[in-house]
Amino acid sequence: MTAYEDPPLAQRQVALIDLLDRLLSGGVVLTGDIVLSIAEIDLVRVSLRAVIVAVHEQQWGATIPADGTALPGATLVEDGDRHDEPR
Amino acid sequence: MEDQLSYVYGVVRPSPAVEGDALAAVRGVAGAPVTLVRHGDLAAAVSPVPRSDFSEAALRAHLEDLEWLEAVARAHHQVVETLGAHTTVLPLRLATVYLDDARVRDMLDERQRTLTGLLDRLADHVEWGVKVYADASPGATAPPPAGAARETDPGRAYLRQRRQQRHAREDAWSSAADAVRRIQEGAGDLAVAHARHRPQQGRLAGGSGENIANDAYLVPRERAEEFRERILRAAEGLAGVRVEVTGPWVPYSFAQVPQNADPQGATQP
Repeated sequence: MTAYEDPPLAQRQVALIDLLDRLLSGGVVLTGDIVLSIAEIDLVRVSLRAVIVAVHEQQWGATIPADGTALPGATLVEDGDRHDEPR
Repeated sequence: MEDQLSYVYGVVRPSPAVEGDALAAVRGVAGAPVTLVRHGDLAAAVSPVPRSDFSEAALRAHLEDLEWLEAVARAHHQVVETLGAHTTVLPLRLATVYLDDARVRDMLDERQRTLTGLLDRLADHVEWGVKVYADASPGATAPPPAGAARETDPGRAYLRQRRQQRHAREDAWSSAADAVRRIQEGAGDLAVAHARHRPQQGRLAGGSGENIANDAYLVPRERAEEFRERILRAAEGLAGVRVEVTGPWVPYSFAQVPQNADPQGATQP
């Protein structure tokens, strides 16, 4: 057990936005017992995102796109790119 | 326990180190103690949360409340980080809740193959966040040409200024695109996977400039520092570009079964 010597990240203050990127679009997705169906959760997240984006003026006037692709998820890159072979 | 639900932070392979030191010192959501719910050779880190806060309706409302969300997110992260300092941990998505610990065991039983495969895949890997910003503010880019100040016609001065702003912005974007390309080339043989988050905007997005890439890379732990240095070097000398590296993180962005991949966990090249 020598491989885990990094100081825990928690000792530094992580930016909330970086954390939310990971906690709302990363992590293992399991269907819990309190189920906002996946679609609903995504809706909640989109509106949450709207709150985050809209509370204060957006410098570039960005809005949440209305199409269904606008979920704040990590769009995992194409599978072919996910495991980069050494080049 | 009718009024309590089981909040699950993540999944590990249980070990004395995890059960003893790690969880004794950490508190979960709402300050509750965290315990391991074991099933076979897997265990879930769990703490009780009030049903009144995590029922469907409550959750729906709470997810719009940034203060509540931050408190839960930081508690979740604290538990995941603590586990991650001792062993490989699979973080779960925020607010994954079961009726009780018996239901958590059911889940571990049902998802055993997937969870075991992911634990194998992520063992001894870290995640780095790499954000690229285009910064067209004065000072981040080249100064305007001399002569600009001598323009006497206010209309023309205005147009010239607008043109310069547009060029600065185009230059910053083009440099940032270069940085993204260099970073991807540099990451190529060190990272085993790459995920893309949406660019950060709005009130929570810190820093100057416009975030044009918000990526995550999965890197073997022994090459983590090398990766970080290489990324920072890749962006050196590009005007109007800022690169921010965050981490090392527990591999949140890769705790998902890759699409079209063997659910047992793809072995890495």
